[in-house]
Amino acid sequence: MKRSKMMELGVGLFMLAGILGLVFLGLRVSGLTFTSPGESFRLEANFANIGSLKPRARVTMAGVTVGRVAAIELDTEWYDARVILELDARLENQLSRDTTAAILTAGLLGEQYVGLSVGGDPETLASGDIIHDTQSAVVLEELIQQFVSNMVSN
Amino acid sequence: MIEAIMRLGRRGCHLLEALGRAGIFLAQSAVGVPSREGWHLWLKQMHFVGVLSLAIVLVSGLFIGMVLALQGYTILVDFGAEQALGQMVALSLVRELAPVVAALLFAGRAGSALTAEIGLMKATEQLSSMEMIGVDPLRRVVAPRLWAGFVALPLLTVGFSVVGIYGGYLVGVDWLGVFEGSYWSNMQASVEFLADIGNGMVKSLVFALVVTWIAVFQGYDLVPTSEGISRATTRTVVYSSLAVLGLDFVLTAMMFGGI
Repeated sequence: MKRSKMMELGVGLFMLAGILGLVFLGLRVSGLTFTSPGESFRLEANFANIGSLKPRARVTMAGVTVGRVAAIELDTEWYDARVILELDARLENQLSRDTTAAILTAGLLGEQYVGLSVGGDPETLASGDIIHDTQSAVVLEELIQQFVSNMVSN
Repeated sequence: MIEAIMRLGRRGCHLLEALGRAGIFLAQSAVGVPSREGWHLWLKQMHFVGVLSLAIVLVSGLFIGMVLALQGYTILVDFGAEQALGQMVALSLVRELAPVVAALLFAGRAGSALTAEIGLMKATEQLSSMEMIGVDPLRRVVAPRLWAGFVALPLLTVGFSVVGIYGGYLVGVDWLGVFEGSYWSNMQASVEFLADIGNGMVKSLVFALVVTWIAVFQGYDLVPTSEGISRATTRTVVYSSLAVLGLDFVLTAMMFGGI
């Protein structure tokens, strides 16, 4: 009887350790946080070329992460890329209407992300608005082509 | 010539027969979900395949995490990207190494023991005596082992990942001097709970089913002699290792191949 109790305790501890381990993986390793999805608002931005921007990429402002890319789709009216940004709800009605969005690269080989910088317009962007002033990703081939054609014309 | 073709055909028939037997066997014994009195049998097996495998799995996890950090550091430092060490250690452990290595260790540590135990029961005619007194050996002997393995391996896999990530931390941060904050924050930025940890757990569940299934089936289906037991034990380890590695590729291709 005593032995069987010890065994039960051992198995119980084992399973508890497994579950705690999973919680650790969730919180510490994958950085899971329990924020409700309601705490964000959406903006749209059209880019001529998004390079290799992926959904779920960071959106930053002055280097601080303020949101993520929710979706990327092709705008069939202008044939450019429509990027839907999901931003922190605290920024709603705070960003000026002439805020610019640029696709930047982290480091030389790093992933691409969206950088926002504020303008000076007193009017602000509300949920669902479109950022008009955008700057496309730098595509290396285009850069080289430009450089070569400049050389030739000179 | 015709003799050779006939032998091939016979082999194919035997193989299919064995597969069919294994399938029926799995279906029949998986029905034996631990009932009230079966609970204790399950608990005992859980102790044997789970708790007693903990030591080998955790120690292996620690060393694998440490060696990952060491190898990863020497590669990443060439690109000046040693901050990404945490990300590399965590992703390779959670997605790939923890499910696979824990399953391989589990096959060697617990699977072979299950085969030998059930095989010896068969060789000493304990299983047929059970049938004689009206106890279903599939329910009494096989089902608790199957369910214990199915629950224990995913838990062991979690332990492997956790200890491995700490092993990587020990080597990367404490020894090689990667900044602690970037070790954790890069990890948190890149590891997704459902896409990475969830898929790793799905892999681990599949491996748990396959390894325990092979182990108990080999024990149940062996030729009841001492040579038969030794062959079946070997086959358990060989088949389950191959199945784990093969399935791992298929599952990885399905889960992460689209990226």
